[in-house]
Amino acid sequence: MSERVLIEGSEAMARAAVAAGCRFFTGYPMTPFTELLEHMAALLPEVNGVCMNAESELEAVGMAWGAATTGHLAATGSTGQGLSLMQESLSEITNARLPLVVFNMARGQGDYFQATRGGGHGDYRHIVLAPMDVPEAVELTQKAFAMAGQWRTPVMVLGDYYLGHTYQAVSVPPIHATAPELPDWALNGSTGGSGAAKIMSPLGGGIEGEEGFDLGAHYAACAEHIEAMATGVEPLIDAGFCDDAELVVAAYGSVGKFVRYACLRLRDAGHRVGYIRPITLWPFPSEAVHKAASGSAKVAAYEQNMGQMVDDVRLATMGSVPVEFIGGPSWDHSGFGIGPDINVPDISERILEALT
Amino acid sequence: MSDDRLFLSTDQPPTEPAALVDDFTPGLITQANHHLCPGCGEPIAIRAAMEAIEELELAQSTITVFGIGCYTAFAHNLDVEVVQALHGRAPSVATGIKRMLPEGFVLTVQGDGDMVNEGLQEVLHAAARGENITCLLLNNGVFGETGGQMTTTTTLGQRTKTSIEGRDPHQHGHPILLSDLAATMDGSAYVARCAVNNAGNVARTKRYITRAYESQMAGAGFSLVEILTMCPTGWFVDTLDGPEYLQDTLAPVHNIGELKTP
Repeated sequence: MSERVLIEGSEAMARAAVAAGCRFFTGYPMTPFTELLEHMAALLPEVNGVCMNAESELEAVGMAWGAATTGHLAATGSTGQGLSLMQESLSEITNARLPLVVFNMARGQGDYFQATRGGGHGDYRHIVLAPMDVPEAVELTQKAFAMAGQWRTPVMVLGDYYLGHTYQAVSVPPIHATAPELPDWALNGSTGGSGAAKIMSPLGGGIEGEEGFDLGAHYAACAEHIEAMATGVEPLIDAGFCDDAELVVAAYGSVGKFVRYACLRLRDAGHRVGYIRPITLWPFPSEAVHKAASGSAKVAAYEQNMGQMVDDVRLATMGSVPVEFIGGPSWDHSGFGIGPDINVPDISERILEALT
Repeated sequence: MSDDRLFLSTDQPPTEPAALVDDFTPGLITQANHHLCPGCGEPIAIRAAMEAIEELELAQSTITVFGIGCYTAFAHNLDVEVVQALHGRAPSVATGIKRMLPEGFVLTVQGDGDMVNEGLQEVLHAAARGENITCLLLNNGVFGETGGQMTTTTTLGQRTKTSIEGRDPHQHGHPILLSDLAATMDGSAYVARCAVNNAGNVARTKRYITRAYESQMAGAGFSLVEILTMCPTGWFVDTLDGPEYLQDTLAPVHNIGELKTP
């Protein structure tokens, strides 16, 4: 039975991760990711798991990579800045077909492209889930581990300062002492000396000079896998009032929750506005966005950046409606992405401007 | 005048097909053929590493993490489990493996460019943590795979493509002696440096590697074996001059011997 408690977002996500079977976590402290690392450090030893305070983000993602090869559910994370340092490994981990959950407690919304475009070198994408609040983060954190295992791929949970630091009453899932069964591809050394020892490489498997060792074939298989995820992962979206909306407003994450509320209030005041909040940022819920926008005269994208997700909205609507960007960077002196513009009156004003 | 009783004539085709008399490929190396240059020391080092695993009966608990360099060709040629890591990043990957499989035997194989240039921070932190893994450093003092540029272990005066007149401390800085550094770390248990440029040193290499493995199996902490290897291609010397060049150029700076024992 889930227990309902008043809890900080970081702790709720940590508990959800361990409940989902996570047994290895590592990271390098950085605001607003730090508390997640602290809670994992407290929780994992209780279930014989391991949490490591890595020397840098480079080592953190390397350690998580190694742990993932043993088949145990592993996770790491940082802010967008730290994720920049991890990208080289994340690209290769994807090509090595390893499950990994990556918590990106971003500073503001400037890292949408980094999260959704495969932020490192090479030709790859990751599943990206963007919760709007603590209860949804608990749900999506568990989903992230399930998807990582199912698809054998890194899955990113994209949060922010608000998600990490807000206390909310939430049902947290119970933590079980027993870890999930290890998958059959996991390494444990036991195939050594068999004549067919396992290899886990971003360059593919096989014995050099023999059939099965072909980098071109491996990259082709990686491309097929990305395509399978693009079409096979269920796109998630939260939408409302779109049926008769003149204007549909698109937003994601914590900011999306504020936009949703602003639309609700504007509806109460008689304005025909609707909202869409993509939850899977990759694969982007393009069909649902297209459908939600189909009856409207205009779509407005509200993001606290220079306009990033707006590109995906435009690709989804394919020119069927005009798409206007009504967001913008929003920073205070802290630099932590505590957007001072996240307030309903300001957002409502921009929506009304777009409506006229 | 040649004596037919002592010398075989070589201008005649063989009268019968060649027969394999014996196969000296170690049990844990899948095939003897490899793509490394003639005179390269790395296959000798890998051979010693694999023979020691077999002799200590560790084959079924070993996971080997490879860095990126010429030796990476062996990642797909071993009968032990392998994880291919990025350039410089093998110690952190090995750490994640070892922490989740404490009973396993975890090894990294890296070159000097990989471990001492790109990955210096990783290996030193692993040593300081006393991470119970074994790291093998194949040190030839150049970037071999990219064709003979200066690494941080290149010795003063050594000519490379990026230190054409010889490494000058005022322009290129001084070499880093990795094993000496690792030996100063409280977390390191066994640190030794050896070479594969003659039969005696090859035997010593095998002996040091075996001691490092035994140290890990005893749970003593971090172990490192640095192996000086020949790279005649990257040194721009004749194949047969490799062993002597190693003795004259690398060995006087990177001193051979055990630096730390448990």
